[in-house]
Amino acid sequence: MASALVNVPPKAKKGAVIEIRTLMSHIMEPGYRRTAAGDLVPRDIITSFSCRFNGEEIFRADLFPAIAANPFLSFFTVATESGKFEFEWIGDNGFVANASATITVEA
Amino acid sequence: MMRLRRLLLGVVVLTAVPALAAEIPPAERRSGYTFMTSDTKAMQDDDTANPGMLAVMDGEALWNAKAGETNKSCADCHGDASVSMRGVAAHYPAFDKPLGHPVDIEQRIDLCRKDHQKASPFANESRELLALTAFIGKQSRGQPITSGDDEALAPFVARGHELFMQRQGQLNLACTNCHDGNWDKHLAGAPITQGQPNGYPEYRLEWQAMGSLQRRIRSCMTGVRAQAFDFGSPDMVALELYLMSRAHGMAIETPAVRP
Repeated sequence: MASALVNVPPKAKKGAVIEIRTLMSHIMEPGYRRTAAGDLVPRDIITSFSCRFNGEEIFRADLFPAIAANPFLSFFTVATESGKFEFEWIGDNGFVANASATITVEA
Repeated sequence: MMRLRRLLLGVVVLTAVPALAAEIPPAERRSGYTFMTSDTKAMQDDDTANPGMLAVMDGEALWNAKAGETNKSCADCHGDASVSMRGVAAHYPAFDKPLGHPVDIEQRIDLCRKDHQKASPFANESRELLALTAFIGKQSRGQPITSGDDEALAPFVARGHELFMQRQGQLNLACTNCHDGNWDKHLAGAPITQGQPNGYPEYRLEWQAMGSLQRRIRSCMTGVRAQAFDFGSPDMVALELYLMSRAHGMAIETPAVRP
């Protein structure tokens, strides 16, 4: 049940600075904790996040074990043209999740 | 004469013991939200930043997913949750006539799974049960709590009240000692809240996950070094019910964010 919450303004004026916010469902198990029996809980985290706009990468982040569960990432970009944002989260144990959102840019 | 004096002394000693704090009057009831920092408040207020909304989304998927031998989804019987489940979380735990005792939403979901879907129940605190409870709870957001109004619940509310007032654990503290008597103070760096149950299941930053009211009660009980009630035990549900009746009129905040 991997799910993402992505918040992109549906409309923006050309040249406007817009905020993009993403929230990804993930346990982010750091790999340093032990069970009651003393066994190490294996690391299970998201290692990379990227955002592409109309195919071109505009934002990328590497994630590490100290980042809390359900990582929330927000960043800014300039609205240049109408198009589609594509988000990708990649992590341990073959974890891949995708989401997308469209924006209409008015002159 | 001697005996009378002793008796009088006894009366004086008894009256000198400070009375237990009374229940918080409606006008002074404060959600745990009001004790939080502005950052944590902002996280709860924005549905695209509130991690509890991830559970609500999962719950919506489960609501519409067919399950069990009858191959029915929740939606097949209950339809649109925004209509059928509106206000439900605000009056649970509710009295179940066939069982003769109150059940909370988690138990109601598992009863529905057993009786109507012929499916295996969800485990306590499982991701699925928390997700579905959060989804149902969110439909009552903003609604005033009315739990405990049903007359059939009176003895169970009374039992919950008794448990709330009862000292327990190695620290010998009752719920009331902190949550009625000292809620405007701090314990170490953290504010002591009134222990209001209006945002469950909630996302706790400490847990890095969703958790039920029962999980919260159990961690309080562990904190006073008492033997925590089992999930779903009659006393646990009675205490939940009393907490809800004690929060009468407060607005549901599910899914709340708490530190």
